[in-house]
Amino acid sequence: MITTAQQHQRAHPSPARYVAIALILSVITLVEVGVVYTDGLRSALLPILLVLSATKFAMVAMFYMHLRFDSRLFSALFVGGILLTSAILVALMSLFRVFFA
Amino acid sequence: MAAASAHAAQSETTTGLDHRKLLMWAFLGSDCLFFGSLVSTYLLYRGKSVVGPYPYEVFNIPYTSVSAFVLLMSSLTMVLALAAIQRGDLRGLKVWLLATALLGAVFLGGQYFEFTTFVHNGLTLRSNLFGSTFFTLTGFHGLHVTVGVIILLSFFVMALRGKVKPEQHLNIELAGLYWHFVDVVWIVIFTVVYLVEAPNIV
Repeated sequence: MITTAQQHQRAHPSPARYVAIALILSVITLVEVGVVYTDGLRSALLPILLVLSATKFAMVAMFYMHLRFDSRLFSALFVGGILLTSAILVALMSLFRVFFA
Repeated sequence: MAAASAHAAQSETTTGLDHRKLLMWAFLGSDCLFFGSLVSTYLLYRGKSVVGPYPYEVFNIPYTSVSAFVLLMSSLTMVLALAAIQRGDLRGLKVWLLATALLGAVFLGGQYFEFTTFVHNGLTLRSNLFGSTFFTLTGFHGLHVTVGVIILLSFFVMALRGKVKPEQHLNIELAGLYWHFVDVVWIVIFTVVYLVEAPNIV
């Protein structure tokens, strides 16, 4: 009998693919460090760093934590926590007028 | 393959998912809120210290970048440990578990060195708002890493004694989820605490 868990779970990546993902993560980290030492990018530094950081976060969560291959309920629990955290952060920043300083 | 067959062997649950894995994800979701509150507090008080030392006086971005890289690579070794046990390779499991624990220990050693350097430069938990929020945030992250290293070493010793079987791969997967979470939290801290301060240092 095929269980719901089996229906939700797809095969995990191969070790070679894990290594390839690690190489991409390493390159992104190098780019992050390179960006902060590039004078011409200072005005756009924060958005660039946030995008690079979010990309690394998503890659680890999707491939190493297998959210891309597992049940969506796991994704909902984790992403729900992240969204709630983001909402609290924005609310606190607004409450303390950090955005308007 | 082994993962799918082990899933088939598990007892039926109302969701069709293993309750331990569900619980781990619920815990990680709630731990997001814990670190979110600490990151929020750090950002709220960022630039509000009235006395030094200030971040740009103590941060060493190249040094912290190496630490971040070490923790990132520990995520690779952790997932390779899981892949090893899923294909029944217990020797590979031991090698990658030990490698992950060692990389975690290197990260902790780096954090200890960083903290002691900051203290020598006059930055303590009590010196200013930056010190209070920085040490609380990174200290709790370090505590999480320490717990992770203990868990990994426990599994390593159990594997050495032959007490970890391929069909128990879910235990390694749960430890791995916790470890990867610690890594993604550091990805955030590395950006919002360290890298955004870099232009002030250069």
